[in-house]
Amino acid sequence: MKLPVLILVFNGQIEFSELSEKQWDLLIRQAREAMLLAKLYYFFKKKQWLDKVPPIVFRYLKSAQIHSEKQFNDLCWEVKHLEKVAKELNYPLILLKGAAYTVAGRKASQGRIFSDIDILVGCENISNTEKYLMINGLVSSEVDAYNQRYYRQWMHEIPAMKHMYRGSVIDLHHNILPRTVKACPDAILLLKDSKPVFGYEGINVLSATDMIIHSATHLFYDGELEHGCRDINDLHDLLIEYSESNESLDALVIRANKLGLQKPVYYALRYVNFILGFSVSKGVINKLNKNIPTGIFVPIMDFLFMRALMPAHESCNDYWTGLARWILYVRSHWLRMPIYQLIPHLFRKSYRRILGKETH
Amino acid sequence: MKTKKIDIAACLGSYGLTINIGFFRYNIRSSLRTVEQSIETLYSDFELTDYETDSQLVDFHVLVDEVWQLRSVFNRQAKFFLDGLAPFNSLPIQHAPAIIEWGMNWCVSSQLNTHLIIHAAVIEKDGFAAVMPAPPGSGKSTLTASLIQEGWRLLSDELTLIDLNTLQVSPFPRPVSLKNESITVIKNRYPNVIFGPISSDTAKGNVCHIRPPSLSVKNQHVNCPIGWFIFPKYQREAKTEFFEFGKAQALMSVAENSFNYSVLGETGFDVLKNVIGKANCFQFKYSNLDEAIKVFSGLPVPQ
Repeated sequence: MKLPVLILVFNGQIEFSELSEKQWDLLIRQAREAMLLAKLYYFFKKKQWLDKVPPIVFRYLKSAQIHSEKQFNDLCWEVKHLEKVAKELNYPLILLKGAAYTVAGRKASQGRIFSDIDILVGCENISNTEKYLMINGLVSSEVDAYNQRYYRQWMHEIPAMKHMYRGSVIDLHHNILPRTVKACPDAILLLKDSKPVFGYEGINVLSATDMIIHSATHLFYDGELEHGCRDINDLHDLLIEYSESNESLDALVIRANKLGLQKPVYYALRYVNFILGFSVSKGVINKLNKNIPTGIFVPIMDFLFMRALMPAHESCNDYWTGLARWILYVRSHWLRMPIYQLIPHLFRKSYRRILGKETH
Repeated sequence: MKTKKIDIAACLGSYGLTINIGFFRYNIRSSLRTVEQSIETLYSDFELTDYETDSQLVDFHVLVDEVWQLRSVFNRQAKFFLDGLAPFNSLPIQHAPAIIEWGMNWCVSSQLNTHLIIHAAVIEKDGFAAVMPAPPGSGKSTLTASLIQEGWRLLSDELTLIDLNTLQVSPFPRPVSLKNESITVIKNRYPNVIFGPISSDTAKGNVCHIRPPSLSVKNQHVNCPIGWFIFPKYQREAKTEFFEFGKAQALMSVAENSFNYSVLGETGFDVLKNVIGKANCFQFKYSNLDEAIKVFSGLPVPQ
């Protein structure tokens, strides 16, 4: 399979000076679709290429960078408000994903576009945290009783909460995978290892290893892979930073074994290597002790993920891309809920949609 | 003229027709006859090229085509796409000429942050631009359509683009959009103005675009500093009123009419503060176009 020009630029297989006009055109189109324009801006900036890109390309890289900067400021402002909430609690609020990369100053946060703030607390603290968030102006955006119960009974998060005036959205989690998933880890392990963030009181982030494992888990258990290309880039940034701080990848693998999340870490290392050229030794992968695909499943998953992790732009699709995305979507449901729960849930959803009680 | 040499319909129906408007380059595809007519009429002064053989790096890849939906049974539907992304619902196919114009504006207002973008008409005379920010229904398009027949240069009818570094307006001389009675008013006043195909009964009523003056197209790369901010208000039977508008209030009004003021943050504020500080700001109420044109020709020259 031929890799799209956006990927070839990121992994260094194509030199900037070699790009034709047509390739420059595809580059911004693919990056726009994958929400990676701002990331591309910082990539070129680091290589000192920014003044050499064609004016049309620069226009959209710069526009996206300005947009990402605005998001950065908005996020810091929101976290300042969360800090006020955290001071009233006797446990920390643990930020996840985009928000965590940003406050922890990770490279992955540079030029990353995201829409909501994810927070993790212990399961026993969910209702108390929810109460304090409500006191501070956040209200549940889900009014439907069935959906409320569905979230609270089976999922790893409660329905999204939205601030009444500022419009910011917070997802409050007690785990990183739904309770119904077989591989659902022991959240206490994640909480115990979380680290305070410098400059913020009562705000934590996951440890460096757990941050990578969570990013991988999120990507490889989720069915909506439209942002798969952005997420694999996040993983790449996190892994590069992780290996630069001289920790061997062994610690990551040991942690994955302990949490029982070998499968997502296996895929993460495999595809960050295949797609973005991050080097991983075979020995490291062999240390993942179970739950990893073997035999015929390896080429099958390669076939699917190497398509679904590309930008969702028509120029990156081949004959099989649509099918691959669909199979992975079905797979994610299969992984997330046992069939005896999934079927009644889907029936209920369809029935309600016919009655017009659901719009999505 | 390059226009004569290429087959517009063939380009639109295959790899696309490339149009340079201001500093933007669009690649447009469509198999609809009305879109072809519209482009042939409205864009004849622009440089049109075949995407397949000419330049391949463009700002926006735009497609307007028929789509199949349940509603199509009663009323055939057309939809706008920016590079595969459909930001709007489908509309009746007879609105296609309006759909493409609205869509092309949306591309700029949603993607660009290298300029402060204000929802405003902007015209130029003697080297200075008059910016007219106003909500729909304030008569800014009718006023613009008239003034560009009276010696003013069209910079844009919808989107005023202020360069963040030079603080000058970058022209974006698209066809001027007229609605309902304005169409007849302009047709009667200026019989030489060329109209594109009409889109009847849209959400905004009847919509029709007019071809931008050739000179405005020819000078579409000439940027220009801002001399005036004028807030027009059309009111039936109203007496012409023209009075100065406080700068602080003007700044707030312009910010409210901006697409990306909040995205630009401090830069957005600084840019507005600078351009408004140097410009003359007025409020303007009118119902008589002759008087309105007179007021514009007597605008105080900026320092």
